[in-house]
Amino acid sequence: MATLAAGPGTPEHRAPAQRAVAPNRRRPPSWILLALSLGVAIILAAPLVFLLIEARDSGWSTVWQLIWRPLTWTLLWNTIRLTVVVTVLCAIVGTLAAWCVECTDLPFRRVWAVLVVIPFAIPDFVVSFGWASLSTWVQGFRGAVLVMTLAVYPLVYLPVAAAFRSADPGQEEAARSLGLGRVQTFVRVTLRQARGAILGGSILVTLIILAEYGAFEILGYQTFTTEIFTELQSSFSVATASALSLVLVGIGIIVLGGEVLVQGRGRLVRTGAFAQRATRRHALGHFRIPVLLAFAALAALALGVPVGSSIYWMFARQGGAIAGASLASAGANTAAYSASAAVLTTAMALPVALYAVRYGGRIARLLERSTYLVLAMPGVVIALALSYFVERYAGGFGYQSATLLVVAYAILFFPLALVGVRASVAYAPVSLEEAARSLGSGRVAVFRRVTLPLVGPGLAAAFCLVFLAALTELTATLLLIPTGAQTLSTQFWAYEQNLSYGQAAPFALVIIAVAAVPSYVIARYFDRLPARVARSK
Amino acid sequence: MRVTALVIALAAVVGVAVGCGSSGSANSLTLYSGQHVQTTADLVRAFEQATGITVNTRSANEDTLAAQISTEGSNSPADAFYTENSPALEYLQGKGLLSPVLPSTLAKVPAKYSSPHGDWVGVSARASVIIFNPSRISPSKLPTSVMQLSDPKYKDQLAVAPSETDFQPIVTSVAKTYGNTAAVSWLKGIAANAGGRVYPDNETVVNEVNRGSAALGVINQYYWYRIRDEIGASNMHAKIADFAPNDVGYVIDVSGAGALKSSSHQANAQRFLAFLVSPQAQKIIADSQSYEYPIAPGVAASPKEVPLSQLQPNSVSIADLGDGSTAVSLLRQAGLL
Repeated sequence: MATLAAGPGTPEHRAPAQRAVAPNRRRPPSWILLALSLGVAIILAAPLVFLLIEARDSGWSTVWQLIWRPLTWTLLWNTIRLTVVVTVLCAIVGTLAAWCVECTDLPFRRVWAVLVVIPFAIPDFVVSFGWASLSTWVQGFRGAVLVMTLAVYPLVYLPVAAAFRSADPGQEEAARSLGLGRVQTFVRVTLRQARGAILGGSILVTLIILAEYGAFEILGYQTFTTEIFTELQSSFSVATASALSLVLVGIGIIVLGGEVLVQGRGRLVRTGAFAQRATRRHALGHFRIPVLLAFAALAALALGVPVGSSIYWMFARQGGAIAGASLASAGANTAAYSASAAVLTTAMALPVALYAVRYGGRIARLLERSTYLVLAMPGVVIALALSYFVERYAGGFGYQSATLLVVAYAILFFPLALVGVRASVAYAPVSLEEAARSLGSGRVAVFRRVTLPLVGPGLAAAFCLVFLAALTELTATLLLIPTGAQTLSTQFWAYEQNLSYGQAAPFALVIIAVAAVPSYVIARYFDRLPARVARSK
Repeated sequence: MRVTALVIALAAVVGVAVGCGSSGSANSLTLYSGQHVQTTADLVRAFEQATGITVNTRSANEDTLAAQISTEGSNSPADAFYTENSPALEYLQGKGLLSPVLPSTLAKVPAKYSSPHGDWVGVSARASVIIFNPSRISPSKLPTSVMQLSDPKYKDQLAVAPSETDFQPIVTSVAKTYGNTAAVSWLKGIAANAGGRVYPDNETVVNEVNRGSAALGVINQYYWYRIRDEIGASNMHAKIADFAPNDVGYVIDVSGAGALKSSSHQANAQRFLAFLVSPQAQKIIADSQSYEYPIAPGVAASPKEVPLSQLQPNSVSIADLGDGSTAVSLLRQAGLL
């Protein structure tokens, strides 16, 4: 679940970024960067190639039959209605919360700013477990809407809060002075300023719902992703799972295509480089108490229930002692796999980000966009693809090794690393590198002594994003994990599936505790982005 | 240079993770298991102590593991495969991926519980039962035959786990008795009665019936006992009931194990199979949290359960159940898969 739609793709950040490092077409593109980027793109394309090979092997008419069966319609309806409802709810909750925190005189603003972001650190399947283990009401469609909204709204909140913070207050003032009312100003000016951020966050919410497995399995809600896993569990056949995955990829392409269409329209204009300044906050007036209550309710629902429920089960459990040793070894495995994946993914994202930002052009844009497609692919498909290629072309070398699992994570979470790295590359002035070159430093020395320190914070953010995502990954891990090993997530899952809630709960709590640190780092990083833009000029 | 130091430190972590990759010493055994995790762990521990052989266990859904073994082919790291149901083993046997089980091992359990071809051995058994919540439906209103589950009077009352490997043998049994067409319309009736209560596994069916969000469902008996232990008898509101004697839905499911033909530890794999049907292992199964029936003569099941010998299942055989592919195709036609 850990993802972020911060500024890079959004118009209000694009303008200053381009001023800082306009794509320099006079410089010949670096062939090393291009080669590295293409290499990464080829690795990322592996799952899609696998799906197409599977489809060809089983015959397109068979694939068509598998797609064209009664269940597909149920899945399509389930997937689409859930995606639409949750995305809209997240957009509303995230935007309103961000506005109240950033633009009004809400009491205890700093406290709320932290409390509304923390749910970001709680895996969706833990939120789901927290709710479903307490009440029968939370299940099926309504359960999925409730749980997913509470689990992923921070993805809209974070970028929108950043957008409000960096918005030009002059526009609102002008609108008011020209006679627009408060509500009209909010809708026609304030919301428009945050439009890109709202959209970017919503796209991520959509993609995450498409690929979510654990939460829906617990709630008994069928989507394409849960059914792809179920297919593997009931028919010995990879072909049927692949056929359904193709449909999911198709939906992903439509979502991303729609994003391009919508983002392409409209540009925001700023009145000057330093238009961002302290503003008079809107007074909440009579609404102060209701808004405070709403924030308290949000924190209680999104944070209190999952944490409280895990603590409850830990103490209310029957039989079976808590396996401290397995907790420690699962924790060590999780840390090793997640950290390795975070390093590898960040290293893969760096050349692509440098190439895309520094040289631009159609190839770079296509390269970048295509990598986002893996976000819509469930982990299990990527795991199957890697198993297939290793068995087919490498004689099974590295199969079920930690290495292959780490590579799977790297493919799965590449887009997250790219978001983090790209943002900081965009704000690192290329002129500093040129100055270093002109003073006689070699290419490698410039990269090491100038580029790396400049993009350092972005690399750290990318590391944390991937670490967080790998920490909670489930379906690819279940397939690829070395025999005999467990991660926090797989062990939680094994207990949860046996309804051993008491034994599952400590694993949930440890995951939340471990995830809290990287989420805090990420929140701080994206919090500061606009300020760093101003400083770099 | 802090960033470089960080990168180097983390590269070391990658090295460590890569280093602890594959294992496979001479005196080891890689077991793929679809069986209950805790019970498998108990069995493995006892086997390791008895033989000194180190066992690496990979636990997952048995059909997923069967698909994995079939994809891995001759490269499969698995030496032995232990399942909750016969179809996954029949499937691998059909693909010629299993070695024959030693006759001395097969002789330890009644022949009707093992593969007719002798490529896998039966280890334990379970029976299908109705689970119901007395606050939602009175025992007198319960169906006596699995065929009545498609009756519209159970609309919005039924919970079903169509992808569960325990449900497919019932579908096969119905199809064998009444034909495929009747089986599909029966399944469509079940789908209509279940509405949105289509769940991924029997644990969820038990949970939902227990919570009262569904009135009844079909499970294997041992889920009820096992989950009662997990959540405590005072929290177990659901009850179980048998189908009428010889009913088409009254099926005995067999858990079994086989050795992989591709295994480089054939002797160890055969020793593990022999261990599973030994009195020691059968006793572990009988006393375990998983409440399966041991099938070796002379070992009694948990005293909390009705003895296996007193059950009155129908006459569907292991061979009839096959690899379950018919059941999957019928479930697809009915929109349940």
